[in-house]
Amino acid sequence: MNHRVTHQKAWWMVLPVVALVAFNAVIPLMTVVNYSFQETFGDNVFFWEGTRWYLQILQSDRFHAALYRQLIFTGIVLAVEIPLGIAIALCMPRKGIGVSVCLVLMALPLLIPWNVVGAMWNIFALPDIGLLGRGINALGIDYNFTRQPLSAWFTVILMDIWHWTSLVVLLCYAGLCAIPNAYYQAGKIDGAGNWQIFRHIQLPKLKRVLTIAILLRFMDSFMIYTEPFVLTGGGPGNATTFLSIDLVKIALGQFDLGPAAAMSLIYFIIILLLCWVFHTLMMRGEERS
Amino acid sequence: MAQIVLENLTHSYVPNPQADEDWALKGIDLVWEDGGSYALLGPSGCGKSTLLNIISGLLSPTGGRILFDGEDVSALSPVGRNIAQIFQFPVVYDTMTVFQNLAFPLRNRGLDESAVEARVREVADMLELGPTLERRAHRLGADGKQKISLGRGLVRSDVNVIMLDEPLTVIDPHLKWQLRSKLKQLHQRFGFTMIYVTHDQTEALTLADRIVLLHQGRVVQSGSPEALFERPEHTFVGHFIGSPGMNRFPAAIRDNALHIGRQQIPVDADLSAIIPAVERGATLEVGVRPEHIRLCADGFPVEVRKVSDVGRYRIVEAQLHGIAFKIYLPESARLPAPVAGARAAFERARTHVYVDGWLHPPAAS
Repeated sequence: MNHRVTHQKAWWMVLPVVALVAFNAVIPLMTVVNYSFQETFGDNVFFWEGTRWYLQILQSDRFHAALYRQLIFTGIVLAVEIPLGIAIALCMPRKGIGVSVCLVLMALPLLIPWNVVGAMWNIFALPDIGLLGRGINALGIDYNFTRQPLSAWFTVILMDIWHWTSLVVLLCYAGLCAIPNAYYQAGKIDGAGNWQIFRHIQLPKLKRVLTIAILLRFMDSFMIYTEPFVLTGGGPGNATTFLSIDLVKIALGQFDLGPAAAMSLIYFIIILLLCWVFHTLMMRGEERS
Repeated sequence: MAQIVLENLTHSYVPNPQADEDWALKGIDLVWEDGGSYALLGPSGCGKSTLLNIISGLLSPTGGRILFDGEDVSALSPVGRNIAQIFQFPVVYDTMTVFQNLAFPLRNRGLDESAVEARVREVADMLELGPTLERRAHRLGADGKQKISLGRGLVRSDVNVIMLDEPLTVIDPHLKWQLRSKLKQLHQRFGFTMIYVTHDQTEALTLADRIVLLHQGRVVQSGSPEALFERPEHTFVGHFIGSPGMNRFPAAIRDNALHIGRQQIPVDADLSAIIPAVERGATLEVGVRPEHIRLCADGFPVEVRKVSDVGRYRIVEAQLHGIAFKIYLPESARLPAPVAGARAAFERARTHVYVDGWLHPPAAS
């Protein structure tokens, strides 16, 4: 390893990035850390509280409930979007004019601002004038996302699937296009059926893009705020109050900066931890030669 | 194992082929004898891989038929044709072990597990893959992976033909020799029909009994390596086979004798038969390999421009009436001194006449 030490000067090249990251991530994060150990009543007067806010958050039923909702939401979203994304990517054409048409259609939901997505679905799902809401009610199902928790959950999940499955599709499609034709040809000659080609050629080759897709979708859905906030505002009651919505309620609604800061850090550590677990699991047995 | 016959095979990647260049294959008639070892040779883009993929059934031809032992298989899938194909880049199933890779084609065909086990072990031993059987296939090096690809072809004992599409491209040079001799050894032991695609003439000459040379979608010559060397049926064959390639001289017929510039060249070919073609504007050329030109006192005067030492022999670059050509000079031979008075002679029996690129008289095949 010693012979590598000769390029120390290269570190200076990294300096701008280090400065940038320091100012937009590390320093704000440290402010939050600062808040999480103190109590303030304004006027820049702080009192040391130690780990009190952390204990309070970790023991609060409200936090447990929000975390529980968050885990269920993310679990459902991943369980639907990943297989659905792979399936759509497999069905997309590989050549001809259909390719660009499909790619544009797939990219559309990703281009819409998040609060607009929330507003669109809010109107779309209204039981009296919205196409979706009226349609479901016309089928004889009692549906009202502003009053029934189940309807609200259904709408939020459907909205997220509509919004984000494309990301998985685009990643998988890129992965599929990168598989050399010889693999399919060899598969045909070896007598492999469609399922075996998927299982032994396509899925293994998609492993890396799927890792990225799962990590991105996990992080984004775990931090989801704007769309459900616009759609349901966390209601009815607290039915769709996910972690970030709850956090904003504490921080800005109640102005409890200390507990909110403690909760932010706990939230951050949970995401970091779960990402690490996902990554380790998916990269297990990966080539290291 | 089977005899493979190609009948007037044509292929185009364009929906409505019109012009000559729209066609990747322009009418191929060939017979691949059972148990033969063939090299399909040609420059990049000549249609080698297209032809291979048509034989294996991965591609269906625009026109023509493919017969295996007299039976038309043109409409059959690769599985139905029971062939094996090895590609330029090794294809292994990453998530499987070496054993599972080799067993894959057999299991897909519903062979019972004890037979699979026995056959896989046998093939693994032949290919020296035995010790790695339980390892993940993707952990092997390029040569190991290519052996797995080959093994997946060999496990099926009844394959009609094994086709290899430039299989040694990504293999390190010192391992290339090993794999090549392994392949030759396997062919001699099992007698499968083998079609080996390459653009490397050394590889073709060392591996195959017969060479099929493809150029711009046509077979320009098919025969033994000696035939391609001694009697190239097309100037392209002369140019492509041999290093350096055959010398080509524009020629003319005057007074019933062949001339290069002002120099008369004695040839065996019957000139009277080609006079009508030449009068219609056909190009007339003389082809002689550098190996078939001697520097000698009784030849015609040539102008020596450059002598390069290529190790065990020398290449003399000379000119005859302004036309550059090369002479092969064995280590034992001496350059005439002074060089200014050099004279050379063509070996009469190996001086060939080409009309519009094709040998005259055409070989009786």
